[in-house]
Amino acid sequence: MTDIFAADPIKIWTFIIVGLSFALYIGIAWRAKAESMSDFYVAGSQVGAVANGMATAAGWMSAASFISMAGMMSFLGRDGAMYLMGWTGGYVLLALLLAPYLRKFGKYTVPDFVGERYYSQTARVVALVCAIFVSFTYVAGQMRGVGVVFARFLEVPVEWGVVIGMVIVFIYTVTGGQKSITYTQVAQYCVLIFAYMLPTFFISLLLTDTLLPQIGFGAELSTEPGVFLLDKLDGLSQELGFAAYTGRGSKTIIDVFFITLSLMVGTAGLPHVITRFFTVPRVKDARMSAGWALLFIVILYATAPAVAAFARINLLTSVHNTEYASVPDWFSKWEETGLIRFSDKNGDGRIQYYNDQNPAFAQRATAQGWNGNELSIDRDIIVLANPEIAQLPAWIIALVAAGGLAAALSTAAGLLLVLSMSVSHDLMKKVIRPNITEKQELRYARISAAVAVIIAGYFGVHPPGFVAQVVAFAFGLAASSFFPVIVLGIFSKRMNRAGAIAGMITGMSFTAAYIIYFKFVHPEANTAAHWLWGISPEGIGGVGMLINFGVSLAISSRTSPPPQEVQDMVEEIRIPRSEKPVLS
Amino acid sequence: MKNHSLSETHRRAYWRKNLIFVAALLTVWFIVSFVLSIIFVDDLNEIRMGGFRLGFWMAQQGSLYIFVILIFVYVWLMNRLDRAYGLEEQEINEHAQDASSEGAAQ
Repeated sequence: MTDIFAADPIKIWTFIIVGLSFALYIGIAWRAKAESMSDFYVAGSQVGAVANGMATAAGWMSAASFISMAGMMSFLGRDGAMYLMGWTGGYVLLALLLAPYLRKFGKYTVPDFVGERYYSQTARVVALVCAIFVSFTYVAGQMRGVGVVFARFLEVPVEWGVVIGMVIVFIYTVTGGQKSITYTQVAQYCVLIFAYMLPTFFISLLLTDTLLPQIGFGAELSTEPGVFLLDKLDGLSQELGFAAYTGRGSKTIIDVFFITLSLMVGTAGLPHVITRFFTVPRVKDARMSAGWALLFIVILYATAPAVAAFARINLLTSVHNTEYASVPDWFSKWEETGLIRFSDKNGDGRIQYYNDQNPAFAQRATAQGWNGNELSIDRDIIVLANPEIAQLPAWIIALVAAGGLAAALSTAAGLLLVLSMSVSHDLMKKVIRPNITEKQELRYARISAAVAVIIAGYFGVHPPGFVAQVVAFAFGLAASSFFPVIVLGIFSKRMNRAGAIAGMITGMSFTAAYIIYFKFVHPEANTAAHWLWGISPEGIGGVGMLINFGVSLAISSRTSPPPQEVQDMVEEIRIPRSEKPVLS
Repeated sequence: MKNHSLSETHRRAYWRKNLIFVAALLTVWFIVSFVLSIIFVDDLNEIRMGGFRLGFWMAQQGSLYIFVILIFVYVWLMNRLDRAYGLEEQEINEHAQDASSEGAAQ
């Protein structure tokens, strides 16, 4: 180990900063241990609106948001907006349609609400299975993210990284439950947002003489006064056969429309996000903390497109047609990790980076002696190499590592808690053994959290090859199952058990069948020509949601209305003031 | 404290107002994201706003900011509505506040 320290200031700083941040998380978790079941599930419902907003934001922004999103956008150009809007617009739905009412309902989980509102164990079990599936899909990716960050910055094997991440999450999820997780997430939000913003300020100053990146990427280039950065980027992109950066990408309007819809509605239906709104004391705080959560998320999400544009322009100006022998340092460094790959296809010693998939451009490329695109770039590099491209000091690079870990750990913890609650509360207490005491239930919660950490860690070490594909699944299923039943459960007193179950099953099976067909059964047919109305599997959850709404309304209007006490409960959750307990 | 009449009509009127607010805010939400940033994005791109094309800016920046504003407007409207109808929550105990300030201090 000693030679590691001698070699590299980045590694020393990474050890120090990551070590300090982990010590901080564990210290906070220890101070906020869960004493009771309500502490473990909903932090005693005593979290303030701002703190809950930060915790929600940290829990929401995963390793993918922190590390991959800006890179993805850098290659997608304007179409990247579907992720930005999809992953933020859902909070408007959450705030206006779900959060305040679920807070008033007040009982711990989404399957709880579905089970009580639709007076049905079947509905509860369907919701429970969805919650477990969606959360496991997600958490596997997070543990992998922890391992990857460790591997890149400390050069330990990915498996070690996963195990270290597991130990940390284990400590605070199992001992502290939601209470520890909440305050740890507040700290993790601070770490990750600081780590994301700081290098971006520097790059924005460097490229455009503007401090705020959100303004900077619409400003003039500092090297070419009078030329706007985005205009330059449009020009450069087109010169290399790509679509203009700010113009239409390769996706159709209808596909972008449905992908955005699916992500928005899926976001509003994700159990680990919804659960956070049970942790605040009042309905008023639930509304307010949804606002804070989105504000904290938008700070990062509105910065990501600027990072994407800065990185793109850096790439096109500093790498394309450069002699391989004189590339910048960061290029060689990241080449070693395999995230950048160069092969000199035409043997001229220079790097040609252009769109060789564009037939209209092929002639021009050949005329210049280019023989195919020679550079492949992993999207993750955009954020990870950002501080190096801007030549920032080693401690900032270490901070980015700590930020990536904070993003991955905070999301993993929130998901593990949903898994634990699904088993101990929804399955054991409400279905299998209703007679257990609160103490026994708490014990089940801790045991299932421990088991979930271990399974998630296993998937982190041995990632199933289909992780990337199943993300579409998680959002699609959340969109087509949870969102409609919860919204209708609140806004339609007439909605009954038959309608809800039929809606969930048709919406979900349609979505699942479509995704399975194109992603697993016939991946070769996964092209626009074969899709239903040109909607890709990523966007089909939006259609599934509409089907769910349609079927639920049609069936419920033809069957008998729900019992009086359920209708009274709906009346009760619609107003903030409690006249009587929601559930007796 | 006001005199709360929790009569059927009183609750109905409150709920009706709530639905109007939600419908109005979600209309803005839909126009900003789906109509302006997706369907008519190319037309808006003809308009320039400094170094940004408007369609691009709406899709990658403007819509996000408007989403945040929408939620805070909703919070403000609903808090006012709760008070006007005397349906706001009763005061809660003090240590909820302590817990939140402790969390924020971390």
